[in-house]
Amino acid sequence: MTAAVSVAEPCVLSCSGLGFAVRDAQLLHDVHLAIHRGETLGLVGPNGSGKSTLLKLLAGVRSPSQGAIHLNGQGLKTLSRRTIAQTLAVVEQQADTLDTISVFEAVALGRTPWLSALSPWSAADTAIVEQALRDVDAAHLSRRTWRSLSGGERQRVHIARALAQRPQILLLDEPTNHLDIQHQLAILNVIHALPVTTVIALHDLNQALGCDRLAVLERGRLVALGTPLEVLTPERLLHTFGVHGHYLTDPFDGSQILRLRAS
Amino acid sequence: MTAMLLHTSGALVTLLIALIAGVAIGETHIDPTVVFQVLANKLWAAGYALDPIDEGIVWNYRLTRALVAAACGAGLATCGVILQSLLRNPLADPYLLGISAGASTGAVLVALLGLGAGAISMSVGAFAGAVVAFAVVVLLGRASGVPGATGQIILAGIAGSQLFNALTAFLITKSASSEQARGIMFWLLGNLSGVRWPSVWLAVPVALAGLAVCLWHRRALDAFTFGADSAASLGIAVRPVQLLLISCAALVTAVMVSIVGSIGFVGLVIPHAARLLLGTGHARLLPASALGGAVFLIAADVLSRTLIKGQVIPVGVVTALVGAPVFALILVGRRHAR
Repeated sequence: MTAAVSVAEPCVLSCSGLGFAVRDAQLLHDVHLAIHRGETLGLVGPNGSGKSTLLKLLAGVRSPSQGAIHLNGQGLKTLSRRTIAQTLAVVEQQADTLDTISVFEAVALGRTPWLSALSPWSAADTAIVEQALRDVDAAHLSRRTWRSLSGGERQRVHIARALAQRPQILLLDEPTNHLDIQHQLAILNVIHALPVTTVIALHDLNQALGCDRLAVLERGRLVALGTPLEVLTPERLLHTFGVHGHYLTDPFDGSQILRLRAS
Repeated sequence: MTAMLLHTSGALVTLLIALIAGVAIGETHIDPTVVFQVLANKLWAAGYALDPIDEGIVWNYRLTRALVAAACGAGLATCGVILQSLLRNPLADPYLLGISAGASTGAVLVALLGLGAGAISMSVGAFAGAVVAFAVVVLLGRASGVPGATGQIILAGIAGSQLFNALTAFLITKSASSEQARGIMFWLLGNLSGVRWPSVWLAVPVALAGLAVCLWHRRALDAFTFGADSAASLGIAVRPVQLLLISCAALVTAVMVSIVGSIGFVGLVIPHAARLLLGTGHARLLPASALGGAVFLIAADVLSRTLIKGQVIPVGVVTALVGAPVFALILVGRRHAR
């Protein structure tokens, strides 16, 4: 998929010719991508392939060195940070704080783009924060302090904070990283049930099979884009990830399971 | 809303009591009633018959001193809050960014090389020195830093402080007579003697304006809780906000240092204490820190005048002597709280 994406396509977020360089290192080359309304797009690739960089660029947190990004048809560069944050929310990898902050306060930060210096906090804001906490099954944590939470609970609070922004698009950077298997699956269920367009960087390829489409990154280039079974072919797995893989059929529900072995 | 009114009036009453106490306590004891009567005479021409000497002490010496102490304390504490929040570093305070070191160099340059004469030009020298030092630190921080990283500016601040402190020491050793050196050392350690009404008219509006600018950006400061990238994704224009608020802190500090010299620990200890008591929401943290800083510095000034009879200790010595142990207690307490 290297064809240029036209702005007129019914996509909520797109980029064309996207590149990013830090000093001499080119971390991302010529990425073209169009994300459709309502889909869950997975970003997969080995360490250092540019998944986090691409997410940061799409979120507007970093400015691209080359190329352009469009959000709902408008150039990301022309939009204010506040306007972007009202449309698009980000769940970073491992964002942490030493501050003594309650879970409610942490989620309430999500209302920041909607509140000006003079507008007071309203009952509607409280209702949105409480709904966001319920959406990630964390309403019971509301009064706990950030520091007392486990890794899985913290990740759910981060997602709740992003949801409190009431975004159309949610970008998540490896949200299941460092979680035990129970919490990994719980978080993924929460994410797949959300009524928003989602772009999610994932390490676990079997978890990536649950996405609508996958984009495969290799050394800063987009090398494949399509449904999971289209792109995660045995050749691709060997070439990009350096592993042998084949599919098994789950005898219980008929779904595909990816079996991976070292090459 | 009623809770906010209650808190605001409580804070103002506390500040008023501290100011009255700061005026009443001293080598010559003055009854608080007399203090009120002087204020009534001066503000509303109430016409109480008072000893003109008492009236002079209250109005021209102690009240100006207490007001400048309050403004400096409030200003430095506000700067401490925003630097700690923006740089995500509990050690950040106005003195860490080389601002006070630069101010000292500027003031010493004026005092020794005689660029102009008198206290006002020394203040101007301090202000210019503060701005130059801060510019050097920011440029060094930018040149050495990865975009988005805030730790570099602290390292740059340490380097800048050392450089300007060394320059100050060099100038004093090279050019000052022993009498000059003693006077300068006294000023460098923080000194509220000799402040009069013009200083009040400078310090109070600057402290209030600094507080107002920071309060306007309270939600942006809250948004930095999980770091600068997180603030950006919450809709904060990170670079402009950082630049505006850090410049604001530099200006407020420069003005305060140019009036009273270096007073350490207020910008470090007061915000930490306020965070422990009130949490991290800046809507409450900023005014509480400003109030705490004001009351703390008024109290420190009273101590500096009364601790040794017939002698004034530099107020910076008192704040450090009280501040350092309190800070140690906070550090140990935080460890146990975890």
